[in-house]
Amino acid sequence: MADASKSDAFVEFERVQKSYDGETLVVKDLNLTMPKGEFLTMLGPSGSGKTTCLMMLAGFETATHGDIRLGGTSINNIPPHKRGIGMVFQNYALFPHMTIAENLSFPLEVRKLGKSEREAKVKRALDMVEMGSFGGRRPSQLSGGQQQRVALARALVFEPELVLMDEPLGALDKQLREKMQFEITRLAHDLGITVVYVTHDQTEALTMSDRVAVFNDGRIQQLAPPDQLYEEPSNSFVAQFIGENNTLEGTVKEISGGRALVQLDDGELITATPVNVSEAGQRTRVSIRPERVEYNKDRLQEGVHTLKAEVLEFIYMGDIFRTRLRVAGNDEFIIKTRNAPDQTRLQPGQQIEIGWLPEDCRALDA
Amino acid sequence: MSDMTQTGPVLAADGTPLKRSLARALRMQKMRALALIAPLLLFVLLTFILPIADMLFRSVENSIVTDTLPRTTVAVQAYDADSGEAPSEAMFDALAYDLVVAAERKEHTRVGSRLNYENAGISSIFRKAGRSMDDMGEIYLDQFVDLDKAWKEPETFVALFADPDWAAEAGGDDESRFAYSDTAAEVLPGATDAYAAWARTIQDQDGDSPTKEKPWAPIYMALYKDLVQNPDAPAAFGGDTAALLSAAVTAIQAPEWQTMSTREAFAEIDKDWLDPEVWRTIKTYSGKYTNGYFLNAADFQKGPNGPELRPELERIYGTLFLRTMIMSMAITVSCIVLGYPVAWILANLPSRTANVLMILVLLPFWTSLLVRTSAWKVMLQQQGVINDVLVWLGIVADDARLVMINNQFGTIVAMTHILLPFMILPMYSVMQTINPSYLRAAKSLGATNWTAFWRVYFPQSVPGIGAGSILVFILAIGYYITPELVGGTKGVFISNRIAFHISQSLNWGLAAALGTILLVVVLLLYWAYDKIVGIDNVKLG
Repeated sequence: MADASKSDAFVEFERVQKSYDGETLVVKDLNLTMPKGEFLTMLGPSGSGKTTCLMMLAGFETATHGDIRLGGTSINNIPPHKRGIGMVFQNYALFPHMTIAENLSFPLEVRKLGKSEREAKVKRALDMVEMGSFGGRRPSQLSGGQQQRVALARALVFEPELVLMDEPLGALDKQLREKMQFEITRLAHDLGITVVYVTHDQTEALTMSDRVAVFNDGRIQQLAPPDQLYEEPSNSFVAQFIGENNTLEGTVKEISGGRALVQLDDGELITATPVNVSEAGQRTRVSIRPERVEYNKDRLQEGVHTLKAEVLEFIYMGDIFRTRLRVAGNDEFIIKTRNAPDQTRLQPGQQIEIGWLPEDCRALDA
Repeated sequence: MSDMTQTGPVLAADGTPLKRSLARALRMQKMRALALIAPLLLFVLLTFILPIADMLFRSVENSIVTDTLPRTTVAVQAYDADSGEAPSEAMFDALAYDLVVAAERKEHTRVGSRLNYENAGISSIFRKAGRSMDDMGEIYLDQFVDLDKAWKEPETFVALFADPDWAAEAGGDDESRFAYSDTAAEVLPGATDAYAAWARTIQDQDGDSPTKEKPWAPIYMALYKDLVQNPDAPAAFGGDTAALLSAAVTAIQAPEWQTMSTREAFAEIDKDWLDPEVWRTIKTYSGKYTNGYFLNAADFQKGPNGPELRPELERIYGTLFLRTMIMSMAITVSCIVLGYPVAWILANLPSRTANVLMILVLLPFWTSLLVRTSAWKVMLQQQGVINDVLVWLGIVADDARLVMINNQFGTIVAMTHILLPFMILPMYSVMQTINPSYLRAAKSLGATNWTAFWRVYFPQSVPGIGAGSILVFILAIGYYITPELVGGTKGVFISNRIAFHISQSLNWGLAAALGTILLVVVLLLYWAYDKIVGIDNVKLG
């Protein structure tokens, strides 16, 4: 999907740059193409440029350089109210002096729709988010979750093809957030709308999106479906940012046949999959997911290289065990094991041997 | 009550009813809270509520007439000014007894001034009468003294009128207040009353004793009149007094006894005393309380058939109240129009720039009100800066310079300038709380800049406008110094009239009535605002 052809590109960023002060670039050379109907999440730490991108798309910020296209036409010079993009704000931005029904009716009124048509659409939109009986209330009389639903309904009521959401679930508690994540994806799928979703919560990004764009330092670090993002991070930032990750530093000794031989800093040699290392002698960071590390000798595949490890801490977390190890001089090496009946509980001080498949071990940039 | 078996009130752990326990626990808290606000409460009470209450009371209080002219106000009740008949002798007698005391106490001018508010000219006839009171009834004094030298002696009168107990102790340094004898009061009521009033007055005013001072002439007049009424009076007394009185009764009945008319005497002082209108005024204002000040303040007067509107030319307060309202509203509206954009810019600028601009908004507060108002005089007068510039630019001819001061325009301009910060500050603080994402949301929903502002931003800023308007309007409606300086005659407010009555005409009652009406109007407007807009909708920040 990353190389979606130009013909079905719905949203396009082409070499977009943005600077607020004329000295530093907040967004550096952004290129992004989205097909219609895609749910794309912009994920990144704060200050990474993701919200700025969203605001440029909505029209509240202008790009310093480059072209933003919607449905094939450049929207750089189109004011926000003519872009026809629905938007859900972080604080919902429901107009406090209007009732829920009036809030929803607002975009229809400014589009000069007739009264009966407005009422029908408002009703349909409210029913869609299961808020049909709340039309006469004021936003302040609703709970956070209800306001969230109304904000969603308001962004959808005028049937935009593109909806932007700026951390819409940030103010909700965990349970409600999970419920709304599901609702939003369901609605987006049912209505066939294109969604650009901004969040700094990686779980949200992974569970909701078709594709995730990981932002850092004004650039997209990786743009990929969630599973690919998690399992095949293309650089060490993504590997660190998405999920939990163990890193071991070392130097590439040799690359051959899709395998890299890496000498760790304490002298041990391990095999890894080279991702963005190309030649011997390069410094590298080897990344292994905690749940892909195995210490039970019976389960280790034959021929897998093993490393000595010392158990430092054992944490019982219910469904899983989290064990902190010292491996090759790294005190923060974590392994996660499922709380299965035959699972052994490691004791601090215990000396074990750990190993993993070379495919799970990725040699990334240092 | 979770306990099903318990039917009485809920009990605390120690068995006392829970309500009482709670009240006791809260009492301490309440006391502490009260102690904290007590200084302010006391301050406000003493410096604000009490003076206002006193002022409000003055608008109906009228006891000066009854206090100063107690006998006259009683005597005048039977009089009907419309009947056309002249005021009766008895009324003048009462007036004479009242005035002689009042003149001694120097109160006759005050009651004169009071009645002068209602009927111009009364003040001077009271003043004239006060000067001549000592001679009133001198003719009787001379005849009594001719009859017997004893009528010259203070002791004679003490023996005649004073309570024996009082007389026994009188004459010392700490003489008690004069008390009359019941016998005298019964048989010689008028003379006893006159004598007692005189005796107490000289005690109060000069520290003299009735046992040492010769009575004034009007007492002889009263005695004569009583003896005419009641020739049997001597029988009630004993000893020398009875003999003296009997001799006097005999002399009075003799044809050569000379009499005088009090009415003639007053007419001689000033013939206006015969004018029924004077007596109508006294009668009308003889109550302890009066609605006269309020009628006056509403351009009414007391006519023969109850309140009536004043003649067209004498109506001023209605116009002034109306003008005060309309101009205050004009000032409020121009403050909104000028202040709204400023507040909007302040609220939407980065806080550093906003703070600098805020100083500019507050700058007028740091200059004297008088200086600012005088500056407007310099700007607006016909030879002033604005006119000079307009003439120089050729927009206005030199001989047709604009009149911008000493009229309503000048007042509105100067007061708008002065009150503008009171509008900007509440609007600014309300606008600061309006999240800019509302405007963004409106625009993303398809609203143009104008629609987004008008439908989304403006309604949320209304509480600020409301707060500012109430503040500015209420300040404007009571404003005094600026209209006084730049208002001329056409641009003055009701407050200028109130000030005039307070400091120049000294008609505090009328000033109080005008002030009360102003207060009521403001409260009414506030109430109406609450009904229409809702006072919860007012935010100061």
